[in-house]
Amino acid sequence: MGAFTRHRRSKHLIATFTGFEADLLRSLAAQLVELLHSEAAVPDDRDPLEALLDFGGPTTEPDDPVLARLFPTAYPDDEEAAADFRRFTENGLREGKARAASAIIDGLEDAGLPADLDEDDRLTIDVELDEPGAQLWLRSFTDLRLALAVRLGVEEDDEEYWDSLPEDDPRARAHDVYEWVGGLQETLVHALTH
Amino acid sequence: MGTLCEHGRVSAPSPVEVDPTTSAGLEDEVLITPAKPWVTIVWNDPVNLMSYVTYVFQHYFGYTEKKAEKLMLEVHEDGRSVVSAGSREEMERDVQAMHEYGLWATMQKDD
Repeated sequence: MGAFTRHRRSKHLIATFTGFEADLLRSLAAQLVELLHSEAAVPDDRDPLEALLDFGGPTTEPDDPVLARLFPTAYPDDEEAAADFRRFTENGLREGKARAASAIIDGLEDAGLPADLDEDDRLTIDVELDEPGAQLWLRSFTDLRLALAVRLGVEEDDEEYWDSLPEDDPRARAHDVYEWVGGLQETLVHALTH
Repeated sequence: MGTLCEHGRVSAPSPVEVDPTTSAGLEDEVLITPAKPWVTIVWNDPVNLMSYVTYVFQHYFGYTEKKAEKLMLEVHEDGRSVVSAGSREEMERDVQAMHEYGLWATMQKDD
């Protein structure tokens, strides 16, 4: 369960999820959509008239560390150019990432995931994606993993630390979810390139 | 393992051509502007999968698997890699695209 392969005849990317896995993925994607829309994209502590007349995007790095990682500063040594870049790109990037996460939610629900999953349901959810759809999922898996990693404080070569945590530690369990999405993404990259 | 098919969209920036009609009479001007004065840099992060980063370099830039893998390894081992060069506008497009893919990219003047 939870691995993508390419269907030989249709060339579509297919995967089967348990109801639990599909529900988990939907919940992560829904949280990402919410986060992307949470912080006001344009800071509103300015003069109200100035704020009303400004149709552009934000000019400073988002406060939330996940959003700061998703929308990095493009010009590290040039504050003005960085602000301009952000102003012209961040809102569009936010929308694109929210659309990609929503594609996961819609895809799972179209494949039969009910709005409220009954714990006793032994559902299997068969997902079938065309190439553009698969690329959306692939990109969104990255965003989900970045979000989880920032919240957890994942660092380079820190597997030992995570392995050392007791099994019932919520951080260990969240890290298992992070690893699971990583494994899923790995199968999708592989299926897309082979 | 078979060789990977190249995805379309080969977007290697073309060299800037100097229009001879406009450069006439400017012999005394110091025209040393390099053809590709800006670069896009992708930085290492502990999250992105090596396979995914390679996929992005192939898919977005149209690089061969070999070149994409070399750049990915530079990012992984050296902490950063220059993945494209071109005009400021071209690099802004590339940086924006890298952010779309979730890679940590910045741009700067090539020096």
